Amino acid sequence: MIGATLQVSNLVAGYTPGVPIVRGLSLTVAAGEIVTVLGPNGAGKSTLVKAIAGLVSVFEGSVFLDGADFAGHKAHTLVSAGVAFVPQNENVFRRMSVQENLEIGGYLYRGRIKERLEAIYDLFPDLARLRHHPAGKLSGGQRQMVAVGRALMIAPRLLILDEPSAGLSPKLVGMVFQRVRAVRDTGVTILMVEQNAKAALLISDRGYVLAEGQERICDAADALLHNPEVGELYLGAKGGLV
Amino acid sequence: MIGLFSYLVFFLIIASVFAIVCLGLNLQWGYTGLFNIGVAGFFAVGAYSYAILAGPHHAARLGSFGVPFLPALALSMVAAGLAALLVGFPTLRLRDDYLAIATIGIASSIQLVATNERWLTGGTQGARNIVQPLAGAFSSPLRYNLFFLAMMVAFVAVVYLALERMVNSPWGRVLMAIREDETAASSLGKNAFAYRLQSFVIGSMIIGLGGALYASFITFISPEDFLPVLTFQVWAMLIVGGSGNNRGAIIGAVLIWGLWTGSGSLAQMVLPADLQVKGGAIQIVLIGLVLMVVLIFRPRGLFGSRKALIGHGATVPE
Amino acid sequence: MLAQLLANGIILGATLALGAIGLTLTYNVLNFANFAHGSLLSWGAYLAFAFALAFAGSTATGFGPLSFGWPLLFALILSATLTSVLAIVVDFLVFRPLRRSNVQVALVIASFGASLMLRNLIIVIWGPEPKYYTSDIQIQQAILPGVRATPDQMFVVVLALVLVVVLHLFLTRTRLGKAMRAIADNPVLAEVSGVNVRNVIYWTWVVGGSLAAAGGVFYGLTVQILPEMGFNLLLPLFAAAILGGIGSIYGAVLGGFVIGIASDLSVAVISPGYKPAVAFIIMILVLLLRPSGILGEKK
Repeated sequence: MIGATLQVSNLVAGYTPGVPIVRGLSLTVAAGEIVTVLGPNGAGKSTLVKAIAGLVSVFEGSVFLDGADFAGHKAHTLVSAGVAFVPQNENVFRRMSVQENLEIGGYLYRGRIKERLEAIYDLFPDLARLRHHPAGKLSGGQRQMVAVGRALMIAPRLLILDEPSAGLSPKLVGMVFQRVRAVRDTGVTILMVEQNAKAALLISDRGYVLAEGQERICDAADALLHNPEVGELYLGAKGGLV
Repeated sequence: MIGLFSYLVFFLIIASVFAIVCLGLNLQWGYTGLFNIGVAGFFAVGAYSYAILAGPHHAARLGSFGVPFLPALALSMVAAGLAALLVGFPTLRLRDDYLAIATIGIASSIQLVATNERWLTGGTQGARNIVQPLAGAFSSPLRYNLFFLAMMVAFVAVVYLALERMVNSPWGRVLMAIREDETAASSLGKNAFAYRLQSFVIGSMIIGLGGALYASFITFISPEDFLPVLTFQVWAMLIVGGSGNNRGAIIGAVLIWGLWTGSGSLAQMVLPADLQVKGGAIQIVLIGLVLMVVLIFRPRGLFGSRKALIGHGATVPE
Repeated sequence: MLAQLLANGIILGATLALGAIGLTLTYNVLNFANFAHGSLLSWGAYLAFAFALAFAGSTATGFGPLSFGWPLLFALILSATLTSVLAIVVDFLVFRPLRRSNVQVALVIASFGASLMLRNLIIVIWGPEPKYYTSDIQIQQAILPGVRATPDQMFVVVLALVLVVVLHLFLTRTRLGKAMRAIADNPVLAEVSGVNVRNVIYWTWVVGGSLAAAGGVFYGLTVQILPEMGFNLLLPLFAAAILGGIGSIYGAVLGGFVIGIASDLSVAVISPGYKPAVAFIIMILVLLLRPSGILGEKK
C-alpha cells in the first residue's frame, strides 16, 4: 500500500461564502509522512482538514492528491480516491454496533469486506471483543478506536485525523499515537490536526503552525519541539516544548 | 355598476380583516421568529368570544351578554390572549418545528371544541345572528358596508401604527435580537422566553381582534370558517407581502385575498355547478403554487426583510 | 368493552405505525418536519383505489373471507411505487430548492402548503365524497372474548407487522439499509465513509412513501377513503414519531400503536369527537417531559 502525496496550494475555504476561514494556505505532505497541523483556536485547523476531506466549501486554490486536483469535490468521491477522514466529534455511528460501524467504513467495497474487517480487528484487538456493542455505549478510548478503524476500512492512501487525542486520558493518548505510527508504518500518509502539540510532534515527521487561516511556521517536528515560539504559544513555556 | 362597487366594498372589508390577522402573525413570525401555524385557532377564539359576548340570546348556547361593540372587541382580544398564554407557556420553549406542530394541534383542538361543544359555540350549526355594530343606523346595506369599511380601515391603521411603535421601541429591538441569536440575547440578561411569550400573546390578541371583527360583520360563524386553509391563506399573505414588514403584511393580505376571490369568481363563472367544490380545491392549489414560487425564488416576498427569514436551519449534506 | 377498544386501537395503530416510520426517517435524515407526509398516505390510498378500479374488470375473486383479492394487492404494490415517485418529485421540486437556500421557515410552510395542495388535487381528481375499496359489508367475528373484528381488520394488523419485520431485515441485513441507518445516525460521517447520501435519500423517500401508501390503504380498507384522511392523521403521526423518538424506526412503530390504542381507549372516558386531541395531548406531554421520546437518543 503506497501512501498518497498531498499538496495544498493557496487554499481559501470556509463555511459561508465571503467569510473565508482558511485564507490562502499551502502545505505538503510527502508519501508515508506524518504531518501535524498546530495552532491556536480559530486558526482554521479544523476547517482546513474538513475542506480537504470535502466537507467544507473551497472558494479558491487546489488540493492535489498524487497530482490530481480534488478541491471542492464531494466527500464521497474523495473516499473513493483513498482519502479517509476521522472527525473530532461525533465520529462514530452511535446507534450502530462496532462491526456495523466498520462495515459502513467499508461501504465502497460492496460486500468484499471480510478481509478488511479482520485486518482492523488485528490492529485493534479490543474491538473484536466488542464487535456487537453499540458504538455509543463505549468508553472514549474505545470509541476513538472505532472511529479510526472505520476510516481504515478502505485501506486509505491518506488518513486525516482531527484531534485524535481530544478528551482522552494521557495513557490513552499514548496508545492512540502509537497506533497512528503503526498505521503510518504500513505506508499510509497521515495528516493530523492536534492541540496536544508535544505528543503529536513526537511521532510526526514535520509540522505546520497555523494562525489566522495561513501557515506561519513550517519545520521538521524535532525542530518545532525545540522552538521557543511554539513552546510559548502552547504552554507559556520558554525554550520550547521539550 | 353598483353591484361591482358593493362587491369591491365587501372584498375590502374582508381584506382588512385578513390584514389585521396578518399583522398579528407578522409580529409573531416576522419580528420574533415564532412558527404559529395555528392562526385559525386564535381567529376562532376571537370570533366565538365576540359571538358569545355580543350576539343575541340563544336558547341552545351560551350568550349573549349583550356587551356593546368596542368592549366586546376588547374582551375577545383578551380571550385570544388568554388562549395564547395558556398555549404558549408549555410550547414556546420547544424548538421551532415542534412549535409548528404544536400550534397545528392547538388550532385543531380549538376547532374540535367549536364542533363538539354545542352549548358554547352552537356546534356544527354555528353561531347565528351576531349583532353588527350600529346595525340599524344606515338606510341601505351598501351604506352600512361603507361605514364598516371605513371603520375597518381605521382599525387597520390603528393596529399598524401601534405595531410600528412597538417594533421600533426598545422592546421591539430586544425581540429582533432574540430572533437573530437567542444565546447572545440571553447572555445579555434578557429573558428570551418572556419576550417571546409577550410577542406571542400580543400577536394572538391581534389575530383574535380580526376574528371578532369578522364575526361582527359576517354575523354567522361556524367551525367551517376556521379550517387550516385559513392559516394557510394568512401565511401565504405574509410570505408574499413580506415577512418582517408591516406594510408588506397589509399589502400581501389584499393581494392574496384578491387572487383568491378573483380565482373563485372565475371558477364560479366558468365551471358548472357540480364542479364547484372542485373549483374551490383548484383555488387552493393555485394559491399554493403562488406561495411555492415566492418561497423558492423570492423568499422575502415583496417588502420583506432578509433578516426575518434567516432561520435556525441546519444544512443537510447534499 | 375495553378489550374491543384496545383491538380498535391496534387496528388504527397499524396505519399509524407505517406512516410514522416514513415520517421519522425523513425527519431525521433531512432534518425537517414534513407536513406533507400525510398526503402520501392519502395519495397511496387513492392511487390504490384507482388501480383497483382498473383491475375490477378481472374475474379474480376475493381471498376467502377477505373483501379483496389479487387486484387490491397489485393495486397496493403499484400505488406504493407511484407514491414513492410522488414523494421524490415533491422533494425535488419543492424541498430541495428550499434546502439549498437554507431558509428554515420555507421548508415548514412549504410542506404545509404542499400538503394542502396535494389534498386538494385529490379533490379535483376524485371529488370530495368518501370512497371504499369494496361495497361488500364485512361481518365482525368474535376472535377473543369481548373482541370482534372483521377479516380485513385482522389482515391489516398482520400485514403491518409483516412489513415491519421485512423492514427490520432490510435495515439490518442489507448494505442499503445499513447506509440508511448510518445517515439517520450521522449524515456527515456517512458522507465521509463514502456513502452517496443523495442517492440514499431517494431510497429513504421510497421506503417512507411505500410504507405510507400501505398505511393509507389499510386505513381506507378499515375506515374509509377521504381526501383529508392524511391531514387528519398528521397529528397522530407526528405524535407517534415524537413519542417513539425521532430517528428511531422501532420507536415509530411503538409510538404508532401506543397512539392508536390511547386514542381508541380514550373513547371510554371522553367524547369520540375528541379522539384526535388525545394524540395531541400525548405529544405535548412527551415534548415537555422527555423530548427525545421513548427510544430516541438524548441530544
